Amino acid sequence: MLIASLVVVRVLNQQAAAAASDRGGAPDGRFGFSLTESARRLGVEFAHQGPTFDSRLAHIMPQVASMGAAVAVADFDRDGWQDFYVTNSAEGSLNRLYRNTGQGRFVDVAPALGIADVNQRGSGVSMGAVWGDYDNDGWEDLLLYRYGRPELFRNDQGRAFVAVGERAGLPRWVNANSATWFDYDRDGRLDLFMAGYWPDEVDLWKLETTKIMPESFEYANNGGRKYVLHNRGDGTFEDTTAALGITSHRWTLAVIAADLLGTGYPDLFLANDYGVSELFANQGGKRFVDVAPQSGVGRAPKSGMNAAVGDVFNDGRFAIYKTNISEPGVLVQGNDLWVPTTTNASGRRKGGSLDPPIPSEYQNLATSMGVDLGGWSWGAQFGDLNNDGTQDIYLTNGYVSAGERSSYWYDFAVIAVGHSQIIGDAANWPAMKGRSLSGYQRKRVWLNDGFGRFNEVAQVVGVHDTFDGRAVALADVGNRGVLDVIVANQRGPLLIYQNQIEAGRHWVQFDLEGTTSNRSAIGARVELQWGGRAQVQQVAAASGFSAQNQHVLHFGLGSAATVDRVIIRWPSGKMQTIEAPAVNTRHRVKEPDGR
Amino acid sequence: MAADAPTLASPDQVAPSRRRWATLDTRYLPPLLITSILLGAQLSFGILEGWERTGLAIVTAIGAELIMGRITYGAWPHPASAYISGISAGILVRSPFLWPYFLTSLISIASKYVLRLKGRHLWNPTNFGVSAVVFLAPAAVTVLSIQWGNVVAPMAIIWLLGSVIVWRVGRAHISATYVASFLLFSFVRSAITGTPWLAAVAPITGPMYQLYIFFMVTDPKTTVRSRVGQCVVVFIVAFVEMLLRLREVLYAPFYALFIVGPIAMLVQMWLDSRALQESGVRNQESGLGKTSA
Repeated sequence: MLIASLVVVRVLNQQAAAAASDRGGAPDGRFGFSLTESARRLGVEFAHQGPTFDSRLAHIMPQVASMGAAVAVADFDRDGWQDFYVTNSAEGSLNRLYRNTGQGRFVDVAPALGIADVNQRGSGVSMGAVWGDYDNDGWEDLLLYRYGRPELFRNDQGRAFVAVGERAGLPRWVNANSATWFDYDRDGRLDLFMAGYWPDEVDLWKLETTKIMPESFEYANNGGRKYVLHNRGDGTFEDTTAALGITSHRWTLAVIAADLLGTGYPDLFLANDYGVSELFANQGGKRFVDVAPQSGVGRAPKSGMNAAVGDVFNDGRFAIYKTNISEPGVLVQGNDLWVPTTTNASGRRKGGSLDPPIPSEYQNLATSMGVDLGGWSWGAQFGDLNNDGTQDIYLTNGYVSAGERSSYWYDFAVIAVGHSQIIGDAANWPAMKGRSLSGYQRKRVWLNDGFGRFNEVAQVVGVHDTFDGRAVALADVGNRGVLDVIVANQRGPLLIYQNQIEAGRHWVQFDLEGTTSNRSAIGARVELQWGGRAQVQQVAAASGFSAQNQHVLHFGLGSAATVDRVIIRWPSGKMQTIEAPAVNTRHRVKEPDGR
Repeated sequence: MAADAPTLASPDQVAPSRRRWATLDTRYLPPLLITSILLGAQLSFGILEGWERTGLAIVTAIGAELIMGRITYGAWPHPASAYISGISAGILVRSPFLWPYFLTSLISIASKYVLRLKGRHLWNPTNFGVSAVVFLAPAAVTVLSIQWGNVVAPMAIIWLLGSVIVWRVGRAHISATYVASFLLFSFVRSAITGTPWLAAVAPITGPMYQLYIFFMVTDPKTTVRSRVGQCVVVFIVAFVEMLLRLREVLYAPFYALFIVGPIAMLVQMWLDSRALQESGVRNQESGLGKTSA
């Protein structure tokens, strides 16, 4: 029996390893799509550069300066083509705004529009950006968050960007790695959520002490504060964080705002590094209460780095995908796919309404569905990559790729277990000395089979890069009815994987514009019904890690050539039903007047 | 960890004065301690992925012990030892899968019944189970390697309680020798590698080592008999651990005990058998003398 048990352990280990890797074999089109890296061909030649902080952090610089590669998609000039903004992080480096010419080329217009030269030691370096029309003028504005002073750029009709952060009343300094726009009180104006990672008092270029590190690898509570900034409607914001009851000081790396609890108001899910996740339930726009412990998502502390939501079962429920660390032989946290297990007693939908289910508890189904082992996982997004009518997952990974034959993992694991007095002081951390830490990792493309399993196909469909991936954004850059993939890599090139889907698979897209609701329609919930199937998506600002997908919602339909209807619940609460919208079409939908 | 550690120290082994000190059967002290550690850590910090994993490990260990004990000896064994094995596996093993919890417990208990020599098992069961699983299944299993919370008080309480209990069962010298040896060798490692000494010391401040120190290296079934011998063995364990750590072997303490423990037991058995032979020869000579007399 002992020998048999040992053999079984080995076999199961091999199965686990195999499940985390690709299906192998040559591309044969059996998954219905392929991805081809085309950044250079599209005119995008951009490589992220990392910052250099205080010399007392030099021995662990690759770790503490390991973020900042971000991408945010928007049609900033309203020409119907998806543009994107990418951040750089070295002092003096330039960010870029790639305008989509519509001719299969992108052109960097950031310098001309005033949003390129934004990385300076005095004001900080970029960690990410997120688009949102905060002044409801119909033009997407840009929030830039940094390890430094956040800045808000008002979009002047696509012709220029004007820095208005100081006038708007943004905080003086936030070491932020995540932010999002959302209308938490449903007053029709976009509010801002921004999460500190390092505490605000820390100036990474001029340390007063080396005791700046997390006090624990999984129970740290000494990170940056959070900000909820309420949009007054006059171009200024007020800090309502304390009044709303958000006091977290966890090390937040990602945020997603979505109506997860069925109240009609957007809740906040925070993926926190060095600790448990937080799920702030929005109580009528007046208060946020962390319900993560009782809902299940906040029980097991891990190293959260991504937050995205997707209807993985096509049943109207948003699952939350949070990425963590998995390094064979050292640390196997596994990613989390939190699926709500309980719905409201009245059923999923009543009378055709679009009331979301009310989850009382979430269950982590990442292992059983096959999306748990993704290496040192960073950004991930839900999207129908092969237009088969189900939500797939694209995940990027890899922390520090340096010496190919040397690993920092042993020293990292040793310090990670240390008491707060040890781990909390950067001076105690062993020097990296050019070693890798979960570097050169293979990416994951998980295809949803629609029956509760995801299959990993990255290598087969053409994703071969091993850069240190951070942000992933999905966008139809060629207006072809497919989701292309944009990946921002830390200290690496920006990649654009163009998607080629086999013929016969249909799609439909919806580009929403609010009237009573915020004009970006952020928070709108859209259910598509076709051929006995249904899928829900939402318009979100930030999604994933330091990323923002296109504003347009994309639904794959498989072989279905017709759609029954689409039901939209606008952020204002208005319901709208469109019968039989045409397929293979992008529909521009404006929020109707009246109730 | 420790499976049968101090658990199976029979009441006879406890000095009368100590027995008066507390009336509780010493067999129950380690299970009580480890249960307190688990409950305290889970309720305070939520250390477990889920109760079902630890529950599975405990149920598997106890079930396997009862079945194998009954089959092997025809009697129901006391479940305290298996309980510690199960709870240790449930705390130590970290995996998103359920099967490692089941198999670690099963392998731990099975090793007690299969890997025996002259009626004694050679490996501490949990040490064997954990070492085997992390070695054979690196893609799916790791070992607890984090702090439980950031405050000193809970850890201090565990250290205090643990120390009292290993003292009560007469094994405190083993734990103390190991800690002293670890600290000594951490200086050596720091000097060799250039790593800050506090980083070299860091592992022993974590809960994994508390389980290791109080429940695994003190296992009376898999340690030598003399107090000096016990101290020497645990010093060698710490030394081998240092060698493994210099090779950046993450699970060095488990592998060190895995290597040194059985060798020490074999040496003990060889010494026992030699002593028995000598005693037999003396008896024989003595008998012969009488005869001749």
